[in-house]
Amino acid sequence: MVLRYGAIEKEIFLSSSIPVNFDVERYFNHHKMMNRIRAFEETAATANNDGLVLGAIHLSIGQEAIASGVCQNLEKDDFLLSTHRGHGHTLAKGADPQTMMLELLGRKGGICQGKGGSMHIADFSVGMLGANGVVSANINIAAGAGHAIKLKGGNNISCCIFGDGAINRGPFLEGLNWAGVFELPVLFVCEKNGFASTTVTEAMTSGEGGKQRAQSLGIPAEEVDGNDIVEVDECVRQNIKEIRSGGGPRFILCNTYRLHGHTASDPALYREQEDVDEAWKNDPISKCRDLLKNAGVLDEDLKGHQTDALSEMQAIYNRAKQAPWPELQLAYEDVQDSGDPREEAF
Amino acid sequence: MTVMTYADAAKAALAEEMRRDPLVWAVGEDLGRGGVFGQYKGLVEEFGPDRISDAPISEAAIMGASVGAAMAGTRPVVEMRFADFALCAVDELVNQAAKARYMLGGQTNVPMVIREPMGIWRSSAAQHSQSLESWYTHIPGLVVVVPSTPADNKGLLKSAIRSDDPVVYLEHKNIWGVEGDVPDEDILLPFGKARIEREGADISIVSWSAQLHVASEAAENLQKKGISAEVIDLRTLWPWDKEAVFSSVEKTGRLLITHESVAVGGFGAEIAATVSEHMFKALKHPVRRCAAPRVPISYAPPLEDMVRVTANNIVDVATTMMDSGN
Repeated sequence: MVLRYGAIEKEIFLSSSIPVNFDVERYFNHHKMMNRIRAFEETAATANNDGLVLGAIHLSIGQEAIASGVCQNLEKDDFLLSTHRGHGHTLAKGADPQTMMLELLGRKGGICQGKGGSMHIADFSVGMLGANGVVSANINIAAGAGHAIKLKGGNNISCCIFGDGAINRGPFLEGLNWAGVFELPVLFVCEKNGFASTTVTEAMTSGEGGKQRAQSLGIPAEEVDGNDIVEVDECVRQNIKEIRSGGGPRFILCNTYRLHGHTASDPALYREQEDVDEAWKNDPISKCRDLLKNAGVLDEDLKGHQTDALSEMQAIYNRAKQAPWPELQLAYEDVQDSGDPREEAF
Repeated sequence: MTVMTYADAAKAALAEEMRRDPLVWAVGEDLGRGGVFGQYKGLVEEFGPDRISDAPISEAAIMGASVGAAMAGTRPVVEMRFADFALCAVDELVNQAAKARYMLGGQTNVPMVIREPMGIWRSSAAQHSQSLESWYTHIPGLVVVVPSTPADNKGLLKSAIRSDDPVVYLEHKNIWGVEGDVPDEDILLPFGKARIEREGADISIVSWSAQLHVASEAAENLQKKGISAEVIDLRTLWPWDKEAVFSSVEKTGRLLITHESVAVGGFGAEIAATVSEHMFKALKHPVRRCAAPRVPISYAPPLEDMVRVTANNIVDVATTMMDSGN
């Protein structure tokens, strides 16, 4: 879809309620991506309700501005390490949602050949080195990918997105310290959605949290409204520029809210419905749409992002449902080069 | 051939591989000063601090960062200092390194070597003395290497560095100073190929790592009693050379496995079970194990020695096996 404006010229709108130097096309693209992520997650939720998703999936509904704002600012050869709540990150890094949906359903053609599922989605062809089923584990791995870049002398960077629950595991300290000591090109992004599984993160966190902990390790850290795509995009862009110019690691704390439960099957009855209703008023996609409408973008085109995304993901889901199971011999492949994995088994 | 120590043979292997491939690098605590056992001495001068890299005391980060660096195209050699300390990085090794290739559908390999100095080393007590090799044989995705001689420590370390699988490389601390002939050339020993340390006709003794030397001493003593023992050094536990063990047992009809680590759940149990499943009729006597009691390792030498499997223990069991049986 080509960016179109309403009857009034772009310049006029730039003087009103929108940020200075607002790049309409840029946020139009973010809006489109955020809608695709939302539609993917909603379709995945449907597939889960249909009983076709085989394991646990963790939806990122409400956190799309971070996925789009971070990952669309990465180049293809930049590395991305994500979390168990990583569908949005992966999509925004450029992965094909068809192979992702096939993986969620454990079907032939899944991006991990049906051997990983939602929590292990990776797409090395676009630099996405993996979600992870172990909270915080990717922080060290991302630091190491950054270490490889330093050793090989590339201009790419490594980016790790993790949740606020991850700051209470050891790899947060070890990985950030590592990146600082070796001055590695790593962007750490903490998605603070308020919950660590079903526990309110702050109730289990001593001190002021991720940003201050990062700063205590000598890593420049900023905090943004993670539901404001402009704030996220600008902060990420600036930090990536500094990292690429040899500035070492950076940390960004993105405040957001997990609008759904821990897993797609979690009704999240441990929190007040009014808190959730209130959080929906801060929906990052609605906020972005309002901004673009104020900038003169046609409302029908913005609505088109939503309808197009939903039909794209519905078609993907329909195709995935028709796909066969993976070939059985895959069960024994890609274990390791040495030895026969079936030895002594049956 | 050059006579060198077990430690120096590994150093030679690493240096040769680092000269050959600029993507090979080593990382761990104290490497800039040659490592706590001197097994990296002089390497930082040749390769610089980026490729012989110091590290914070952060085992999880050393292991985890190396997983990332391996997935991003380098070949890290990870120094864990003591096998016991590697337990601080079990998630990174077992959940991440070992599984990434499979779990991500073959999109990546994790070519890394994890060096874990292990074993009883006089009065190092319970947190600096363990032999945990059997744990790692249980994990799909890992290769487990247990060299016993300087020559093997060169040839196996070079193969480990060139392997695309993560390799748990367990060197025994008590034999760092053992000397032996080491080939000067580019020797690459395959995984899963045992070495016959000594030929014999009456009983097969299977061992690895430092315990292999105890087994050899026992075989020498058995010879004096007129018992001819064949001693097999497995060299690697995954994969392990079943054929070598089978053909030896075919010949002798008796199998004794000895390892320094705890007998219960040890790799000797795997060997015993496999031989029993496949070669029961060839056995003249039930398979026996000589391995450690299930207690932590002590500090005071007389207490420490109570868990050590000696040549005398092996001789006693082997002699019993000759005297009785089917």
